[in-house]
Amino acid sequence: MIIHTIFFYFFSVIAIFSSLMVITSRSTINSVFFLILDFISVGCLFIMVGAEFLGMILLIVYVGAVAVLFLFVVMMLNVAEQKQSWFIGKKSTHIPTGLIVSVLILLELLVVVGGWKYKEDLMSSSTLLLSNISNTHQLGLVMYTDYILYFQLAGIVLLLAMIGAILLTFRERIGVKKQSYLKQISRSPSNAVELIEVKSNQGVKIDD
Amino acid sequence: MIEYLEILGQEVYKIIFLLVPILVSVAMIVWLDRRVWGLVQKRKGPNVVGPFGLFQTLADALKYIFKEIIIPASANKVVFILAPIVTMTLALVAWAVIPMSEDLVLANINVGILYLFAISSLGVYGIIMGGWASNSKYPFLGAIRSAAQMVSYEVSIGIIIINVLLCVGSLNLNDIVIAQKELWFVIPLFPMFVIFFISSLAETNRPPFDLPEAEAELVAGYQTEYSGMMYAMFWLGEYANILLMCAMGSILFLGGWLPLMDIYPLNIIPAPIWMILKILFLFLLFALIKAIVPRYRYDQLMRLGWKIFLPFSLIYLVLTASFLFYFDKLPKVNI
Repeated sequence: MIIHTIFFYFFSVIAIFSSLMVITSRSTINSVFFLILDFISVGCLFIMVGAEFLGMILLIVYVGAVAVLFLFVVMMLNVAEQKQSWFIGKKSTHIPTGLIVSVLILLELLVVVGGWKYKEDLMSSSTLLLSNISNTHQLGLVMYTDYILYFQLAGIVLLLAMIGAILLTFRERIGVKKQSYLKQISRSPSNAVELIEVKSNQGVKIDD
Repeated sequence: MIEYLEILGQEVYKIIFLLVPILVSVAMIVWLDRRVWGLVQKRKGPNVVGPFGLFQTLADALKYIFKEIIIPASANKVVFILAPIVTMTLALVAWAVIPMSEDLVLANINVGILYLFAISSLGVYGIIMGGWASNSKYPFLGAIRSAAQMVSYEVSIGIIIINVLLCVGSLNLNDIVIAQKELWFVIPLFPMFVIFFISSLAETNRPPFDLPEAEAELVAGYQTEYSGMMYAMFWLGEYANILLMCAMGSILFLGGWLPLMDIYPLNIIPAPIWMILKILFLFLLFALIKAIVPRYRYDQLMRLGWKIFLPFSLIYLVLTASFLFYFDKLPKVNI
């Protein structure tokens, strides 16, 4: 148990430290790297409490895909180093907005966690059996039976978001040459290459 | 407290016994790769140092160790040094869950395949960090290419893994192997095996998908500014990743440590040797493809990943699921 506690504090200290560094570090790239470290240590915490599926999915989805895109955007935008962090130098105008948002999130968390404590069968499920099957199995059992509607709806929302993003960035440009793969692959040497015997001092006539 | 130290000591001992063979086999596999490459091109390949040139990689490694490490003046030093370390560590860490036989595995965890998938999806970071921290154009372009490529091919690898998992009903790697006792998944899921193989070529930046380091366009891609031991770490990490992909392929499709057939002369050969033979078989395919196939153009690479592999593996997923459902072959869950 001692080892367990040591590991727990190890990961949670790293998680808290890196989440602080995300908002205080001066270079944006470093912020993203600390965000990744935060994700990883939270994933480790998930695994430590026995939610190995959630931990792995956190690693795959957030670290493996979302954070890569963050990093991509930050690197491409070439954001200059922030001249002022929020507690050094001049006062930033973002503080009130940030405070409002964080207070709202705190209230929401309080409502959710409090409601869960207050009414124990709030999110209970008839399919969920407390037995020694792994939590991945249990998640599968619940997700495709009791919560199939929410699961599918979440999928549709994601699909809509994807289609919307593609639609927003899609524009047809006129006058751009496009490559047709079919044409490129189906070209054969017989109609693409011509062998000509060139006579001296006459050259070749190119017809285009 | 003494007990904990004892347990810790045992774990460290086990980890060392896992890492040393992997590092040695990575060295050997580099030699094999160059040898095959040479033979295909009617050259001899490395054949001078040691018997058959077997010690060539060790000689190379020795050379890299004694070379000077040059860090560009405008580079972001911390990230620059961290990048090869991340690549190497991630490539080695993933080996913890690979079962060489029923008991010969460091960590037999419930979500083994997810762990492998997660670690291989983290592999992008080494490359992006290296490319960005170099603060130079070619490495950056190479890193961006590589990130886009690895992220897009991971999607189809994920769906292929789901295909296999549907037939197994468990995320544990040993269960996946045992489920293939009757029939290796390469037979019913052959198209998926082909796509998995090609995607793993793209995932490990091997030819014909080696665009991140396309020497004609990008010098050496993300490795351009690296020298000495740091370059060697990138290089070792890359080969350890290739071996890992081969191991993953053999576990998912070729029956892992199971013998070819369960008949007398074949089933007395120990399980780890079967696993190694299967990994070597896949690696030989990797090496041959490197020698034979020309490099893809970048848009062709992206088209292959998103417009061909992804829809095809999705359709195959639906087919597999409906086949298993209608013929009542879905894996039984014992609660």
